[in-house]
Amino acid sequence: MEGPTSTGIPNRKLAMWTFIGSECMLFGTLIATYMIYRGRNLVPPYPHDLLNIPFITVTTFVLLMSSLMMVLALAAVQRNDLRATKLWLGLTALFGLIFLGGQYYEFSHFVHEGLPLSRNLFSSTFFVLTGTHGAHVAGGVIWLSTLLVRTVNGKLDARHAETVEIAGLYWHFVDVVWIILFTLIYLLV
Amino acid sequence: MSRHPAESHPSTRLYVAVAVILAALTALEVMVFYIEALAPVLIPILLVMMAAKFALVAMFFMHLKSDGPVLTAIFAWGVFIATAIVVGLMAIFGKFGA
Repeated sequence: MEGPTSTGIPNRKLAMWTFIGSECMLFGTLIATYMIYRGRNLVPPYPHDLLNIPFITVTTFVLLMSSLMMVLALAAVQRNDLRATKLWLGLTALFGLIFLGGQYYEFSHFVHEGLPLSRNLFSSTFFVLTGTHGAHVAGGVIWLSTLLVRTVNGKLDARHAETVEIAGLYWHFVDVVWIILFTLIYLLV
Repeated sequence: MSRHPAESHPSTRLYVAVAVILAALTALEVMVFYIEALAPVLIPILLVMMAAKFALVAMFFMHLKSDGPVLTAIFAWGVFIATAIVVGLMAIFGKFGA
């Protein structure tokens, strides 16, 4: 167990928040690039021809609900309810996978409709921005899966609640980034 | 010293309430998007709802409301720099002009 720290904040938690702060800047640069080139697309297809708002609303809802599953997993491990911890961790990872499946479908559809990565300004900025976010979701799913395996093997319980909390912070950050991307990319077309 | 997480974090009922509000705000965003009469004020409405959802997740799911000012300051600084990058570059590239 980690001893007391000068800030009163566990070192790993402070490190995760610092990492999240730096990630804000990474996504800030990618969002800035997307916003600068938005509306300056000279080569079709254009965003409004391809973006499927009802479909992406469903995947957005799935990702939002995965954040609820994550906090329920944290609450469960804090009270040492390992059965509930496994359930909520598994559902969080599953919802993350469903979101990734939706992104795979969307990317495939765009390529099929004649919008590969290097087709135009929209495709370049869209794929890099949402692809970077998707890579973060994939990383989160892998991380959550390792926690689930550790719980199943009896190697994670209430004494490791901080480990689950730190993974949760990362997962919620991925969620807040998508809250921004959903509005800027899909609703402010 | 920070309090024990289980003592300071919100209850399950509050987590569910926040998730319901997030889902409702998302549905409202999409509704607003399809209402043509709101087109002139679409951008401010959507940005306010986006900021509300962002704040709800950060405050309650990421526990910034209960975890103290140091972590909030670290996150707020990152968000401030990111926002400055976006707004600054959009201004430089004339995205706010007529």
